[in-house]
Amino acid sequence: MATNNNAKVDIIDYDAIAELPSFKALVKRKNGFLWSITAIFLIAYITLPILTSYTKILHQPMIGDITGVWIYSAGLFVMTWGLCHLYVAKANSYDKAAQAIIEEYKQGGGRV
Amino acid sequence: MSIVAISFFVGIVGLTLVITWWASKKTSSASDFYTAGGGLTGWQNGLAIAGDYLSAASFLGIAGAVALFGFDGFFFSIGYLVAYLVVLYIVAEPLRNLGKFTLADMITARFNTSKVRGTAALSTITIVLFYMIAQLVGAGALIKLLLGIDYWIAVLLVGFMMTIYVLFGGMTATSWVQIVKACLLMLGTVIISFLVLKEFGFSISQMFTQMTTETEHGQAYLNPGLRYTEGLDTISMMIALVFGTAGLPHILMRFFTVKDAKTARSSVIWATWIVGIFYVLTIFLGFGAAAFVGAEAIIAENPAGNMAAPLLAEALGGDILMSFVSAVAFATILAVVAGLVLSGASALSHDIYGEIIKKGKMTDREQVLAARIGSITISVLSIVLALGAQTLNVAFLVSLAFCIAGSANLPVIIYTIYWKRFNTTGAISAMLTGLISALILVAVSPNIWSPIEGKAIFVGEPLFMLSNPALVSVPLGFLAGIVGTLLSKESDEKKYREVNVKANTGISVQDVSH
Repeated sequence: MATNNNAKVDIIDYDAIAELPSFKALVKRKNGFLWSITAIFLIAYITLPILTSYTKILHQPMIGDITGVWIYSAGLFVMTWGLCHLYVAKANSYDKAAQAIIEEYKQGGGRV
Repeated sequence: MSIVAISFFVGIVGLTLVITWWASKKTSSASDFYTAGGGLTGWQNGLAIAGDYLSAASFLGIAGAVALFGFDGFFFSIGYLVAYLVVLYIVAEPLRNLGKFTLADMITARFNTSKVRGTAALSTITIVLFYMIAQLVGAGALIKLLLGIDYWIAVLLVGFMMTIYVLFGGMTATSWVQIVKACLLMLGTVIISFLVLKEFGFSISQMFTQMTTETEHGQAYLNPGLRYTEGLDTISMMIALVFGTAGLPHILMRFFTVKDAKTARSSVIWATWIVGIFYVLTIFLGFGAAAFVGAEAIIAENPAGNMAAPLLAEALGGDILMSFVSAVAFATILAVVAGLVLSGASALSHDIYGEIIKKGKMTDREQVLAARIGSITISVLSIVLALGAQTLNVAFLVSLAFCIAGSANLPVIIYTIYWKRFNTTGAISAMLTGLISALILVAVSPNIWSPIEGKAIFVGEPLFMLSNPALVSVPLGFLAGIVGTLLSKESDEKKYREVNVKANTGISVQDVSH
C-alpha cells in the first residue's frame, strides 16, 4: 500500500513548485515569522528560571502579597494563549497563499 | 472503601469498556488502528491531546508539589504549557503533512533508510518504556492508597485495562478514553478550585495574603527556592519540559489522527486552552491542600505529596468528592498509559516489523494483526518492568522521558523540516547522541547515586550533578546533527525540495487530480 502511494505522489513535480517565486516567498515569510516568534517566547520563558535562580528581582511582592514570579508566570500564560491565536491568524493567510501556489502550479501545466 | 467510591470506579471502567466495544466495530484497517482513520475533529483531538498529556504527574504530582514547595512546584505547570508553543509553531503542521503513523514515518519521508527508521523507533520505544514505568509504578502506589488493594494487583488492573482498550479499540478507543478523561479531570479540578476559592472569600489577592501565614515557610512559600536551590538544575529541568513535549511520541502520534494541517492546528489551540486552564487551577489545588490539609498530613499519606489533591477533595467536599477525584485520577492514568502503549506498538509493529523486517510488504490485515501483537508485547513488557520497580523511586523517569524526547527526537524533527543540507548521517548521529548522552548522564546523576542510603537507587557520589541532563544533552543532540551532517558528503536537495513543498503546502495527489 505504501509503495503504491509513493508511486502516485511522485507524479507531482515538486521541483517545479519549489522553484515558483511565490512558493519561495511564502517559505521565507513563514519561516521568518515562525522562528522569530519562537526565539522570543523561548527567551521570555527561560528568563524566568534564570531570574529566579540568580536574582531576587521577582521575589518582591508586587500586587498585594502576590510576588513578581506569579505575575511573570501569569504573563507567560497570557503570552502562550495570545501567540496561539496570532499563529492561527497568520497560518490562515499562509493557507491561502499555499492554495494559490497549488493553483498556479496547476495552471502552469504542472504534470499531474 | 465506600459504596460511592466503588460506584465511581465501576462507572469509569464500565464507560471505557462501552467505548472500547463501540470503537472495536470501527477498527478494521491499520489506519483505523493507529490513527482512528484520521477522522477526529479539531476539538476532539484537542481534548484527546489534553487527555494524553495531563498525566497523574500533572494532576497529583503538581498539586502535591505546589502544596509542599509553593512556587517551585508551579515551575512544572509553566514548562508543560509553554511547550505547546514549540509544538504549534515548529512541529505540528509539517509533521501532519509529512507523516503517516509514526515519528519515523515523518523522518523517513526524507531519509528512507532502515537505519534511520530503526534509530527513530528505538528512541520512541525507550521513551515509551521509561514514561510507562513511571506511570505504572505511580499508578500502583496510588491505587493502593486509594482502594487499599495490593501494589501488584493495582499494576495488573491498570495494565489489563490499557491492553483491552488498545487491543480491541485501537486509536479510536484510546482517543475517546482520553476525551472522557480530559472532561472528567477538568470537571473535578474546577469543582475543587471553586471550593478552594470559596474558602478564600473568592479573592485571589486574599488567597495569596493568607498563604504567607498558612505554611511553616511564611513569605518564602510564595517564592522559588524551597525545592530547587541549584540554578542550573532548575534551568536544565525547564529546558527538558519545553523541548521535550514536541518530541514525545504519544503526543506526536495524535497529529496523525486528524485529516489535515488546519485541523492539527485547531487541535493544538483547543489543547493549549484546556491544558493552560488546568495548569492555572493547579495553583488552587496546591494552595488549597497546603492551607486546608496541611503539609504534615499530606506527607504522612505519601512523602512525594501525591495524595494532596484527593485529601483536599475530602477536606472540602467529603467522601463523595474524594471518591470522585480518586476515580478521576484512575481515569487519568488509564488514558495516558493507553496512549503510550499505542505509540510504542506503532514503533514496534509498524516501523520495526512492518517497514524494516517486512519491507512494507504486508496486507492491511497483517498490519492490524502485527499492531495487536505489538500492543500486547509493549503492555506485558512494561507491566513486568513496573512490577520489578515497585520499591525504586522512579518519578524522575518522567522528566527523563521528556529529556530524551527533547535531545534525541526534537533536533531531528527540526532539521528534517527546516535544514536543506541535513542528511542520513546527521539524523542518526543526532538521535543516537541525544539518546545515549541523556541515558549516560542520568545513570551517573543524583537520581541514581546518593551518598545517603535510601535517597537514590545506589549509594555513592554522583559523577554528574544535574538531576535532569537536558541542559547538556539537548545541545549535544542538536550539535551531533550538525557535525554528523557535515562529516558526510551525502546531500539530496531534490528530496528536500519535495519535503519542503509537502510541509508547506500539504499538497497531495487529491489536490492536483481533481
